[in-house]
Amino acid sequence: MGAVSDADAREALAAAMRRVVVEQSKRANVGHIGSCLSIVDIVATLFSGVLRRGEDDADRDRFVLSKGHAALTLYAALHLTGRLDAAQLETFCGDGTALATHPDSAVGGVDFSSGSLGHGLSFGAGAALAAQLDGSGRRVFVLLSDAECNEGSVWEAVMFAAHHRLGNLVAIVDLNGQQAFGYTDDVLSLAPLADRWRAFGWDVLEVDGHDVAALGGALGATGGAEGRPRVVIARTVFGKGVGFMESRIEWHYWPLSDEQHRQALAEVAGAPAG
Amino acid sequence: MRTEFLDALLTLAERDERVVLLTGDVGFTVLEPFAERFPRRFYNVGVAEQNMVGTATGLAEAGWIPFAYSIATFATLRPYEFIRNGPVLHELPVRIVGVGGGFDYGPNGITHYALEDVAVMRVQPDLTVLCPADADQARAAVRATAELAGPVYLRVGKSGDPVPGLDGRFRVGRAEVVREGGDVGLVATGTIAREAVAAAELLAAEGVGAAVAVVSSFNPAPVDDLVELLERLPVVLAVEAHYAAGGLGSLVAEVIAEHGLDCKLVRCGVREVPRGIAGSQQYLYERYGLSPAALAATAVRSFASLS
Repeated sequence: MGAVSDADAREALAAAMRRVVVEQSKRANVGHIGSCLSIVDIVATLFSGVLRRGEDDADRDRFVLSKGHAALTLYAALHLTGRLDAAQLETFCGDGTALATHPDSAVGGVDFSSGSLGHGLSFGAGAALAAQLDGSGRRVFVLLSDAECNEGSVWEAVMFAAHHRLGNLVAIVDLNGQQAFGYTDDVLSLAPLADRWRAFGWDVLEVDGHDVAALGGALGATGGAEGRPRVVIARTVFGKGVGFMESRIEWHYWPLSDEQHRQALAEVAGAPAG
Repeated sequence: MRTEFLDALLTLAERDERVVLLTGDVGFTVLEPFAERFPRRFYNVGVAEQNMVGTATGLAEAGWIPFAYSIATFATLRPYEFIRNGPVLHELPVRIVGVGGGFDYGPNGITHYALEDVAVMRVQPDLTVLCPADADQARAAVRATAELAGPVYLRVGKSGDPVPGLDGRFRVGRAEVVREGGDVGLVATGTIAREAVAAAELLAAEGVGAAVAVVSSFNPAPVDDLVELLERLPVVLAVEAHYAAGGLGSLVAEVIAEHGLDCKLVRCGVREVPRGIAGSQQYLYERYGLSPAALAATAVRSFASLS
């Protein structure tokens, strides 16, 4: 498959994922929609050709959604790639479901339970170290939110991964510039984020987080020289794809009204949900 | 006890090449033999306990058996949520090793006193908590981890001096009776079990028969053993170098209440935050009523108050 068709497939998957996110968040009447939409293109890229995880073998690539509050995007990807059936997807947030707004590894295809920010990267560092000790070529991808980098534990793991040359570890930062209570620039400035990761010894790539071709290039290649772990800083738009939601703080928490749901669906209806 | 811990760990690592040792920059002059013998399986992760536990979790998920080593307060309290959401939630064989129970680090001050580690660790339903009372038990506890598929917290005291009557006995989920007596009971956990035995000897000299049992395992807790012991005793002292709430005293209270036992409980533990109070372990035991003489006096008072 050539680069153009790869990108087409990713865009089709991303469009279908957005529709699942809008539909399921409305059915369950829950929020975190904006956070889910900002990472759709990143997760679609990972699930179309980047992650080597066709089977549940121990040597599969690992994917940690460290910004666990966007689990619905992961469920959408698992559903549309055949790992999560429609009946289970429909249980999202229902009584007794395994599909909460934050992911639980009880769900097939979820490698690590998350929801408490600042935890995923150190797990990923251990997973990457294990792969090296095993002599395996498997890779580990950890998707963080930008505000998650407020957590000191993230930087513990950043130091560890650089020190131990975990070139098989890839962090992705969803740089949407927002957090629960405001814009990151106003709450706790992260700038200059790329320089900070670089100063800690990481190979830093900055990409448009909605350009699936660029994401494919950044995530497909292995890490930097001398075994440096890689961070892909993905500039994204919070709520991407739903105009009234984009870059609006309130959509961290708000659920959709009926009218908003109709409008959002119309905007993301470019592709049928699987 | 740290040396015996390490000896046992070396044996374990020799037998099972999945065993990995991580330390949060603690263990100078103790851990070197492991680093020398298994350099590829030893990581000083630096002063970063959250990352140590997170990394251990990632290693365990891939099939390794990591021991994560630090001073007990740092090993349990700083990364507590990483333990909860990592090895406990995912049922992974991470072994948290906390060095220095209670006042083992006496002159170092309150930041180094592990006074609530047992409490916070034992409430996690699938986390096995092991608190060996002497060097032989420490060896046995490390060996026992080989049979435990889930996460473990191992509280390693400083002193390895033998608890009289224990003779190295250690079974996960069981209590060990080290002395018989029908008037009062002393149930102890960790290295302070020696003080409990010494208190029983003082009581014997005064004509009071004191039974002593050592609880070295929580989760599973030795509930049946405690019921059997306590249903024939009118009063029991729970003895621990720990806050009075949440640890052994609370376990004994739960057993008495849930089994409707007619046994009066006296929790002998620390009931205040030791602000501005440091000193030797012996001094701190005396100050908090945990010395043999203080325990014996408490036992006599408690026994007398029944009649």
